[in-house]
Amino acid sequence: MNLIACENVSLGYGTRVVVKDLSFAVGAGDYLCIIGENGAGKSTLVKTLLGLQKPLGGKIFLNGLTAGDIGYLPQQTQIQKDFPASVEEIVLSGCLARKKFLPFYTSEDKRIAARNTARLGIASLATKCFRELSGGQQQRVLLARALCAAKKILLLDEPIAGLDPEAAADMYKVIAALNRDGLTIIMISHDVHEAIKYASHVLHLGEKIFFGTREDFRNA
Amino acid sequence: MLETLELYLQYPFVINALIVGVLIALCSSLLGVTLVLKRFSLIGDGLAHVAFGALAVATVLNFANKMLLTLPLTILCAVLILRGGQRTKIKGDAIIAMISVGSLAFGYLVMNLFAASSNLSGDVCSVLFGSTSILTLTDAEVWLSVGLSVLMIAAFVLFYHKIFAVTFDEDFARAAGLNVDACNLTISVVIAVIIVLAMNLVGSLLISAFIIFPALSAMKLFKTFRAVTICSAALSVACAFVGIIASILAGTPVGSTIVAVDALTFGICFAFNEFGGLS
Repeated sequence: MNLIACENVSLGYGTRVVVKDLSFAVGAGDYLCIIGENGAGKSTLVKTLLGLQKPLGGKIFLNGLTAGDIGYLPQQTQIQKDFPASVEEIVLSGCLARKKFLPFYTSEDKRIAARNTARLGIASLATKCFRELSGGQQQRVLLARALCAAKKILLLDEPIAGLDPEAAADMYKVIAALNRDGLTIIMISHDVHEAIKYASHVLHLGEKIFFGTREDFRNA
Repeated sequence: MLETLELYLQYPFVINALIVGVLIALCSSLLGVTLVLKRFSLIGDGLAHVAFGALAVATVLNFANKMLLTLPLTILCAVLILRGGQRTKIKGDAIIAMISVGSLAFGYLVMNLFAASSNLSGDVCSVLFGSTSILTLTDAEVWLSVGLSVLMIAAFVLFYHKIFAVTFDEDFARAAGLNVDACNLTISVVIAVIIVLAMNLVGSLLISAFIIFPALSAMKLFKTFRAVTICSAALSVACAFVGIIASILAGTPVGSTIVAVDALTFGICFAFNEFGGLS
């Protein structure tokens, strides 16, 4: 069953078209890796899939997905570098997607947050300050937050940007484990060799668009 | 000294000034944390200058209630600044700088050209650095401030988690289905209202001190968003209280005394953070 399908989609800002005639599909349980040069439109594609931005043309089908089903791991911003917040506060904010009108978190939300914190092995950091963690730990925190929002799909925008090789390899393993647990993964990366190691499908953006399984990509 | 204080505290106008001053300090410090973290520390400064310009025009046009012109104009500029700032960073602070000096110059020009009053520099000075009008508040004005503050604090508590999400990560909040634009718009409108109300107290040059100092001091001491927010509110209230009392006792201008206390507090928090203590 396809969760997401794109048909002849064009992406870009204003009148500037970055990607043209893009067609691909993501099935339940897939691990799609999106690769390409800087400026090839990788982040634009993710923002479009999230509905933060409209496609310039073509059609995107989201098969019964709502905001509560997609977890998003954005690239870290400058603001977060010195932000005074505890790990707990940040992970809990991932539950916000499911509560439109309720102003406070329920004990159920707190349980979900605690479970996801434990799932990523950062339960011991729960009361620590986010800005004092290492890069790899920070990414785990943001991933735990995304998990609080995600029921079916995780969208990861450069999850290993700025991590040292060891922490990066670690992050890939964490993501692969989540995929084995049944989550559909869409990940952006510009680190081709490492990134596609665990992927089932590859989408290459650029002059020539490629979409297919990892084996096809290796042979191409 | 204590007797003098006791004497002063018997006057209702002193009590009124204390109530309003403390409430304004509380409200501005609550949003201060968000504004400082979003890199909008100077927005208070910019908007206050806009309010100065609008006030000058309202004075020249002989508006009976100057708030009628000042408030809408300031809100309009707040919306413009925060909207522009979302797209690119450089544009954001350039817009603040532009609007702020522009309206300052324009306001003074208008006052100079058309002023009816003979004491022009006195008028300008009191608008820029705060006037004694905090000591001449009517009961209706006090109740209005109390009402608005209660409303604002209730709204802050209800939207606390959404404010946190929007401050920490706009993209994530947007992806989670939160209406980030509406949130930002509300924040800018509220901050404009606070500034127009607070202008009487500290004047338009000193107002951003109210917004940034307590937040910065609290960020030196605490490491979670909740603790920083609560501490910032507490520090701001304490500083406003001490500042108003000190200004009454020493006969100094109210606004600058409070800001001096705020700055001193920040210095203490900074030293505490650097040379020992919690960390």
